[in-house]
Amino acid sequence: MSKKAKQENTKIAPQVKIKGRNVDVFYGDKQALFDINLDIERNQVTSLIGPSGCGKSTFLRCLNRMNDTIDICKITGSITLDGQDIYDKEIDVVELRARVGMVFQKPNPFPKSIYENVAYGPRIHGMTSSKEELDKIVLKSLKRAGLFEEVKDRLDESGTSLSGGQQQRLCIARAIATRPEVLLMDEPCSALDPIATAIIEELIDELREKFTIVIVTHSMQQAARVSQKTAFFHLGKLIEEGATDDIFTNPRNQKTQDYITGRIG
Amino acid sequence: MTDTAKTEQEISEHTSSAARLRLKKRYKSERMFKFWGQGAIFFSIGFLVLLLSTITFKALPAFTYHFASLPYDMSELDKTDISKLKKADYDGMVRSTIRSQFPNVSGRKDKKTLSSILSSGAPVILRQQVLKNPNNIDDPSSFAVPISDFADLYLKGQITNSTLEKRDELGQISILDKQVEISFEQNIFTNITNQIAKRLEKEALLMRESMQGSIRSLEKTKADIKIINEQLLGASEIETERLNKEKSRLLDKETELYVRIADLRSKANDLKTRAKLVISQGEEITNKDQSILIYFNGAVVKAQYVTPNRIIGKLLMPFDNGVPASVQKWQLRMIETPQANRKFSDQEIVWIDELLTKGFISKDFNWIFATKGASREPEMAGIWGAVVGSFLTIIVTLALAFPLGVAAAIYLEEFAPKNKITTIIEVNINNLAAVPSIVFGLLGLAVFLNFFGLDRSAPYVGGMVLALMTLPTIIIASRAALRAVPPSIREAALGIGASKLQTVLHHVLPLAMPGIMTGTIIGLAQALGETAPLLMIGMVAFVVDIPGALNDPATVLPVQIFMWADFPEPAFEQRTSAAILVLLAFLILMNALAVIIRKRFERRW
Repeated sequence: MSKKAKQENTKIAPQVKIKGRNVDVFYGDKQALFDINLDIERNQVTSLIGPSGCGKSTFLRCLNRMNDTIDICKITGSITLDGQDIYDKEIDVVELRARVGMVFQKPNPFPKSIYENVAYGPRIHGMTSSKEELDKIVLKSLKRAGLFEEVKDRLDESGTSLSGGQQQRLCIARAIATRPEVLLMDEPCSALDPIATAIIEELIDELREKFTIVIVTHSMQQAARVSQKTAFFHLGKLIEEGATDDIFTNPRNQKTQDYITGRIG
Repeated sequence: MTDTAKTEQEISEHTSSAARLRLKKRYKSERMFKFWGQGAIFFSIGFLVLLLSTITFKALPAFTYHFASLPYDMSELDKTDISKLKKADYDGMVRSTIRSQFPNVSGRKDKKTLSSILSSGAPVILRQQVLKNPNNIDDPSSFAVPISDFADLYLKGQITNSTLEKRDELGQISILDKQVEISFEQNIFTNITNQIAKRLEKEALLMRESMQGSIRSLEKTKADIKIINEQLLGASEIETERLNKEKSRLLDKETELYVRIADLRSKANDLKTRAKLVISQGEEITNKDQSILIYFNGAVVKAQYVTPNRIIGKLLMPFDNGVPASVQKWQLRMIETPQANRKFSDQEIVWIDELLTKGFISKDFNWIFATKGASREPEMAGIWGAVVGSFLTIIVTLALAFPLGVAAAIYLEEFAPKNKITTIIEVNINNLAAVPSIVFGLLGLAVFLNFFGLDRSAPYVGGMVLALMTLPTIIIASRAALRAVPPSIREAALGIGASKLQTVLHHVLPLAMPGIMTGTIIGLAQALGETAPLLMIGMVAFVVDIPGALNDPATVLPVQIFMWADFPEPAFEQRTSAAILVLLAFLILMNALAVIIRKRFERRW
């Protein structure tokens, strides 16, 4: 975390890490998100729920500007990270993505060794100068991702040789190795079995102490289990947001109630 | 299962007889498809095997050659004095040595023919070998020089077949002028006289046929004259003049045809009578007949006239110990191809046989073919110059086209915005891949040679032209390979905060590398087999020296094949096939290399 960011942190809204205001997203002529206003709070898990195609993943990808890779994507409104507009021209997108890490829906380890997978981020960002230090980061990240015990004897094997759940934890280890401030997770458990899902959910709960986490999920149970705050998207609009307990036990909006009771989806 | 359920099932949609029939039809079409597919594969494999075996069969003789090791007189040479060794008269040495083997040969023409059974490059090779190993001049027969291409073809059995028969009949020998007559008591040459009679009859028949043709055209001429005579009756003055002119021309033709017919008739009759008389009077053996050689007492008699019990001929090799009065044991050799149909005469056959029996000639690996450059003489021509030329050219092509092509592909695929300009560039690259290669040659000629004034016939210019030709292939293949890398890899790298270039260089490019390599190898293999563009920039030049640098004049394998295929000497036919084999070996080597490199790249992960 840079000094400047720290100062701003203490100055304005200490608990809000990311603030989205009037966010509209267009894919060509098609509008995918309509006027989203959402605050992401520090050291909390925020889950984005909603039926398929409602724009929750699009919003998530706006938070570390992954949508930049899509030529026809256009974004208006403002998203601030620690009070700084991340779509500002002065913001370096590489630096932003180092601060806001991401875990994808499908496990996508690099076809390199397990060690290399985790070490890649710290290496390109020049976070260490010595091999020992890098080793330490890799081990720490693997341990924190709950993968170390399973792979400690085969760090030089290919990351793609692991099982699906292990691969996803490797991707989490890779994401946290660069010590981001925010961790974005796009349906991280959708391709996993219940046991692997349980391991990762536990992991998310632990990671909350260090990182701010935003998770997109299809499973309402998962949202209820891991998140403190929930936002419900429907047809590109943010219908309702609030404490997870409130949303699930006492939804204010009829659509939210229909969704969580399984009537739309 | 109850009975009702069973019947229900039998009549269900998928078990009815119509459905069964449909199923059968589907299987049938599947079998047909399999049959055609296998047929196509067997067909192409068959042709491939046929092609390869034909080329290999034709090429194999080119890899060996007959060399002559003669007992040169090198007593005047001094092995310590290199400058004198360099200046020595190897031409004369070779000539006198070969003549000393056949002291009876006299006459300028015969002597010249005798010298020509060794390669005209023999003195050059002898000089090279002497200078390489001056110590060996104490044992001159250790120096092997190539014999002539036709002599080599003869020894490889590619000029003619011949049969050798051992005979045991008493013959009387007499010398008439310069000829030898051998007469026997029995009619032992009836086979030969019959053959000659048949040849004469055949010739007579041909004469008759051409006479018939002349008779037909005579009749036609006569009819034409008749028509003109009729026309003349009622013709105007101008018409009459024209018709008279025509008539006199036809009359001339008529006379001419009468003469020709008479001539042909008498010739045909003459041939017929001769055919009948062969059995009694004998007949001349021409160079359109099989050659007949008779071996005895070290001498070789070539039959020039034959009767059923007599042969008159000239000596191709003299007798060992004077002319004998009679002969009992002798050998009869028939050489199948008539002398008129081959370029290696009976005399040369006898000489080369003599050298072979004396042990001066040995078959060896054709090191000249393997190590020398181009030459007009087949026996002095080698493939190595073209191999080196091809290698240098392809290295330049690789060094230029690979980095440029991959860089262009990466830019277009990963960085370039998708707009009209990039679309136009894309379309043009795709079109470039389909441009005939000779157009690239013209471009090279106009730009590299004429505008920039680069060297003619140089491998680096050839490499540049081929690089232009190969670029589109590499770009297209590389783009396809880059596109095939799953986007999740790019997202993963970008998500960690890798820059675009880092993403491409660290993750996308290594994954695309095997595909890029495949495209590059295909492009290079294409370039390696390319002739047309190199012709335009002068790589068709006749290059004797082995190129040693990128700007030395050079030629390449396909151009060499193209040039050799054009040469009339039959020995070049073998060399052409051998060069094709070398080119194929080159290609297989490159592909093997590509496979190894690809395996390496894949194994790293």
